[in-house]
Amino acid sequence: MSSTEHRTDPDTAARPTDPPEQHVAYHPSAREYIRVGLLLVALTCIEVMLSYSSLSGTKLVVALFACTIIKFVLVVGYFMHLKFDNGRFSRVFALGAIGAFTLYAVVLLMFRVWSG
Amino acid sequence: MSDIHAPIEYTSTGLRSTKLAMWLFLASECLLFGGLITAYVLYRGQSTTGPYPQDVFDIGYTSVSSFVLLASSLTMVLSHNAALARDYARMRLWLLGTAMLGLCFVGGQVFEFTSFVREGLTLHTNLFGSTFFVLTGFHGVHVTVGVLMLLILVAFSFRGSLSDDPAFPVEMVGLYWHFVDIVWIVIFTVVYLIPAPPPHGAV
Repeated sequence: MSSTEHRTDPDTAARPTDPPEQHVAYHPSAREYIRVGLLLVALTCIEVMLSYSSLSGTKLVVALFACTIIKFVLVVGYFMHLKFDNGRFSRVFALGAIGAFTLYAVVLLMFRVWSG
Repeated sequence: MSDIHAPIEYTSTGLRSTKLAMWLFLASECLLFGGLITAYVLYRGQSTTGPYPQDVFDIGYTSVSSFVLLASSLTMVLSHNAALARDYARMRLWLLGTAMLGLCFVGGQVFEFTSFVREGLTLHTNLFGSTFFVLTGFHGVHVTVGVLMLLILVAFSFRGSLSDDPAFPVEMVGLYWHFVDIVWIVIFTVVYLIPAPPPHGAV
């Protein structure tokens, strides 16, 4: 497959008045991404094994959520680059994610979903 | 469609406005999927008629779907890496791979939905059916939109009409794609792996 050249419009070329590019300062290598991917696969395997294990009730839920949170953080941190990107992006996303979690946790508590 | 060669716009914070808008959009999507997941949890075990989750779920099959989506996240990030290295042939290859894996996931979901309907579970059967199909259906639509975005990106790349910084649109589509993946990570645990309580009224 030949590489197609990407047209460059002279109007969009970097100008001295433009603010500095807000690109991610550090990008993990392909090898690091593969390592994270393998970790995600391993965590998913653990989750599936847990669901078939004799563990039940609160212990099972806590173990499953622990794996889920680790997977969530790995994807957001590495694949979505929040670990290396400007902190403001992390704060914007955290506002939505933690806000949604808090809001719906309160809703579920109001309906006493976990009261047995 | 706006001019993709338009000058890059920055917010007063110095952040690229497109990227900030994408993160704001993803933050708002947390509320959307949070609401749907909450509705599912709220009505767990409240169905008065079957089929119940334990009658229809096939954890092995869904696990394979999860691995496919995780693999697609990896190929997505590798395409971004290739774009940063200005290796556009490899970028397109990884983008097509991601789209194919996304299609596999959607195909698997269609097959799963079809088998559930054959077993008598529809959107109208019971509370489980309603909340399950709405939640996973919305996620499936998001994956489908992601696949379309990936294919459009590949088409633009072949035409050579991506902006002078092709890594940026790939990164934006990637953010959306990874978000769809993390939503599935949560759905997989909450819906499939945590055992459903006994049916309503069962001893």
